[in-house]
Amino acid sequence: MNDARLSKTAKIALLVLLAAAVLLAAPMVGMSRVSLSAVLRPFSQSRQTDIFWHLRVPRVLVSFLAGAALAVSGMTFQAMFRNALATPFTLGVSSGASLGASVYILSGVQISVLGVSGVSLAAFGGALVAILLVYCLSSLRGGLSAGTMLLAGVAVSFFFASMILFIQYLSDFTNTFRILRWTMGGLGTVGYDSVLDVLPFVLSGSAIVLLLTNELNLITTGEDIAASRGVNVAGAKRVLFFATSLMVGGVVAICGPIGFVGMMSPHICRLLIGPDHRHLTPATLLFGGMFLTLCDLLARTVIAPAELPVGVITALLGGPFFLWLLLRASHDRGTL
Amino acid sequence: MASDESKPDALIEVADFSFSIGKKAILRGVSVDISAGEALSIIGPNGAGKSTLLKCLDGILTGGTGSIRVHGRPLESYSRRELAKLVSYVPQADGRLLPFTVEEFVLMGRYPYLSPFSSISETDRKAVREAMALTGVEEFAGRLLTTLSGGERQKAFIAAAFAQGAAILLLDEPTTFLDPRHQDEVLRTLHRINRESGATIVSVTHDINTAALGSNRVLALKAGEVAFHGPAADVMDNSVLERIYGKRFIFAAHPLTGKPVVVPEVAEQ
Repeated sequence: MNDARLSKTAKIALLVLLAAAVLLAAPMVGMSRVSLSAVLRPFSQSRQTDIFWHLRVPRVLVSFLAGAALAVSGMTFQAMFRNALATPFTLGVSSGASLGASVYILSGVQISVLGVSGVSLAAFGGALVAILLVYCLSSLRGGLSAGTMLLAGVAVSFFFASMILFIQYLSDFTNTFRILRWTMGGLGTVGYDSVLDVLPFVLSGSAIVLLLTNELNLITTGEDIAASRGVNVAGAKRVLFFATSLMVGGVVAICGPIGFVGMMSPHICRLLIGPDHRHLTPATLLFGGMFLTLCDLLARTVIAPAELPVGVITALLGGPFFLWLLLRASHDRGTL
Repeated sequence: MASDESKPDALIEVADFSFSIGKKAILRGVSVDISAGEALSIIGPNGAGKSTLLKCLDGILTGGTGSIRVHGRPLESYSRRELAKLVSYVPQADGRLLPFTVEEFVLMGRYPYLSPFSSISETDRKAVREAMALTGVEEFAGRLLTTLSGGERQKAFIAAAFAQGAAILLLDEPTTFLDPRHQDEVLRTLHRINRESGATIVSVTHDINTAALGSNRVLALKAGEVAFHGPAADVMDNSVLERIYGKRFIFAAHPLTGKPVVVPEVAEQ
């Protein structure tokens, strides 16, 4: 037991080091070369300094935060619903956000409040509507049982998706493209204000999940057992649902719905470190952050000077890697 | 049977308790007292409400009319954590297990004593060691739940429930699906827990012999109502068993103890 715990702690320490390395290295890489001297003089007026400190650093920070948030939300939903296919978007958050963004784009209004763009606000509003709708629908049908919530989430997702199609049908070619591009997700337009926008969501959401790791462990072993051990199952699920949904809503409002990170990262981390959420949660946060940062690095360099939507990279890279892990793992430790 | 004031030795007092799911009444006017240190078996046909009663006793299912008191206090006045320190529950084997090691899983039984900011204490470790020793799971403490046999799994679940430190242990069909040797081992483990720690054991079973020979008292439910409640030996009577199961049984004397046991009926070839 001591050995096993030590090696888990060691694995997390290793992930911390790797994450630090990725965070340091990622802003150095890009289409145009940035010299170390430009990096070390953040207040000089050179173009290299500007690219490094004002374009790449905030972008790397947002991608790390977004990846961490999506991954840990996926982990939470998979545990809560005891369902390996649950993602942060299973309960309709992304379709709600996309609908909000689509309505905003169709309306042609251009506003921003306190530096937050109108499309982000509209997307966050849409996400909130979806979250509340799913919550109310499942409360009507006897509480937050996995089956009811998943069905409510899927129903809301489909409904919103068809409304988005309807809006696209009504829109002209430019707006249709803008909507489509928004729903692909991307980190091309983020700055330091975006970092500040997502930070409170990510910090509070992750903190709540980190505080409820014992509860998550018991809920995954079965709700009756969890209740018998003293967990307020309904209360814990409600807190986790709102904490992670709001976190995902905040991230999606800024970055758009970036797929795959949230479903895959927790599975990879389970294969690496086991099902115990006390270790799995920090590992998933670090891995998700690192993974999305690296994917975004590829997205902005592979076909430079053009950029790929980062969601394309997450799925292209993540899919085969995930399959490889799944096939080679003795899969006694990584199943859910 | 039901009394207004709590008896000093009654750990659990169920009085005129009814429970419905939707419009379907699952339990109707159930009254039963369970005293400290007792081993009670709950028997009855499928769908009689045995599992529901067990879940109501642990507050996993809430609602219902009538009253359930634990240590003289209404069940609903306890917080989940408080109740977990008094009552623990082993569900029916549902086949879905996560790859925790046995020791990790038993340690999760200490949940009611943990807070997010405290680490696992020496008391917790000691409780886990004792629970594993008492149930005989130490030899496979490091193995994953997913690799255990049915009998080993059931012992791990009992160990986890015992580590919870509750004086009342509720078990839903603990020996169903086990081969005879493992049935034996699990029953011995429960017997040991009952004798050595003085814990009250309430288990649902379909095995009439186990109920009659392995417990002090038997509660029989039929269609949500109490069909029999009394000393275990008294259940071995066709006037009682026919009322419960709607069929008669053949008895024989146990070759070692001379006590009556139900024997299987063999269809004529």
